[in-house]
Amino acid sequence: MADGVKPRVKAPKTAAAGEVVTLKTLISHPMESGQRKDSDGNTIPRSIINRFTCDFNGENIIDVKMEPAISTNPYFEFEAKIPEAGDLKFTWYDDDGSVYEETKSVAIG
Amino acid sequence: MKFKAMTAIAALLLAPAAFAGGADDDVLVINGEIEMTTKADAPAHLDGALDQVISGWHFRADETQQLETDDFENQGMIFVDQAIDQWNTAAGSEGKSCADCHGAPEDNMAMVTATYPKYDSDAGELQTVQMQMNECRTERMGADPWKYDSGAAVNMEALIASVGRGTPVQVAIDGDAAPYYEQGKEMYYTRYGQLELSCANCHEENFGNYIRADHLSQGQINGFPTYRLKNAKLNGVQSRFKGCIRDTRAETFSPGSDEFVALELYVKSRGNGLSVEGPSVRN
Repeated sequence: MADGVKPRVKAPKTAAAGEVVTLKTLISHPMESGQRKDSDGNTIPRSIINRFTCDFNGENIIDVKMEPAISTNPYFEFEAKIPEAGDLKFTWYDDDGSVYEETKSVAIG
Repeated sequence: MKFKAMTAIAALLLAPAAFAGGADDDVLVINGEIEMTTKADAPAHLDGALDQVISGWHFRADETQQLETDDFENQGMIFVDQAIDQWNTAAGSEGKSCADCHGAPEDNMAMVTATYPKYDSDAGELQTVQMQMNECRTERMGADPWKYDSGAAVNMEALIASVGRGTPVQVAIDGDAAPYYEQGKEMYYTRYGQLELSCANCHEENFGNYIRADHLSQGQINGFPTYRLKNAKLNGVQSRFKGCIRDTRAETFSPGSDEFVALELYVKSRGNGLSVEGPSVRN
């Protein structure tokens, strides 16, 4: 696992039924591209987050495939319609097989 | 059609103002609650040099400015998070953490960044925040000192700055600090390197103008440590000094050297009255 990986999510705690809310996510990650060399001239192996998904009550909202050109600490901001109370589940998939998850509950009110 | 044409003309007329490179008139509010002073009347000791002191924030593009208005989007806060873990972790032979003596940073550290560098009469020298941290580490924690401007040190400096955001910079330049102030001022107006540039040549005489493709700011350091988009990490102020002097094609001083400590006091004092902004976001 890459060092210092920490997912962060900003989502509203409540929303009106059917409201479109803005979700912000950021995961700290070095996103090593695999193109760089260390001081001895050896290639530093690629280590990136290659996929990010967000689901609401099991229904997919967004599914992103990421490539090595994406910068360190990838940040995503997107909108989702909240039809009912439930859980937003955010998932990041690391090259090394690690999966980072974060869940935020949204109430109707 | 006529309307569109007029809009285009209006845009052309406005364009020079938007791209002239000067400070804009935007207002910086962080997290919708901390109102920042980013322009202030120059402190008395700058009489004849500057009328107004302006945070570097005003010289950046709107997109870059916006990143600093929200802790979630300010990537410098990622490093502050790491420093919070460090703050609560015991280090060294005494088994003490920062929190064991200082409690929560937001309770006890809010005035630190605004008042440092500060003369320490016990140590008999002017100390920056990092020197003070290392004094704690070596004398009270029994830990190894951090290398000047190394990752852990700058992150911790950013944590301490972040809890003091909004506080006006107010470093003392009289009394025991006076000789350091004079030394720093001397350096500020000394031309260095093959290009023979002093700090003042760019940051006092030409702020608001372009240096190649970038805007020159006043070189205020109220926003340090600074998260730079170009290297995606926090940058310490003395490393920034080093970069500037290097760009004049001179042999530079080292971060942590006596010269840079004195220069840090002087440059910080030029921003007396501006809010502490660290960790700020710049390009």
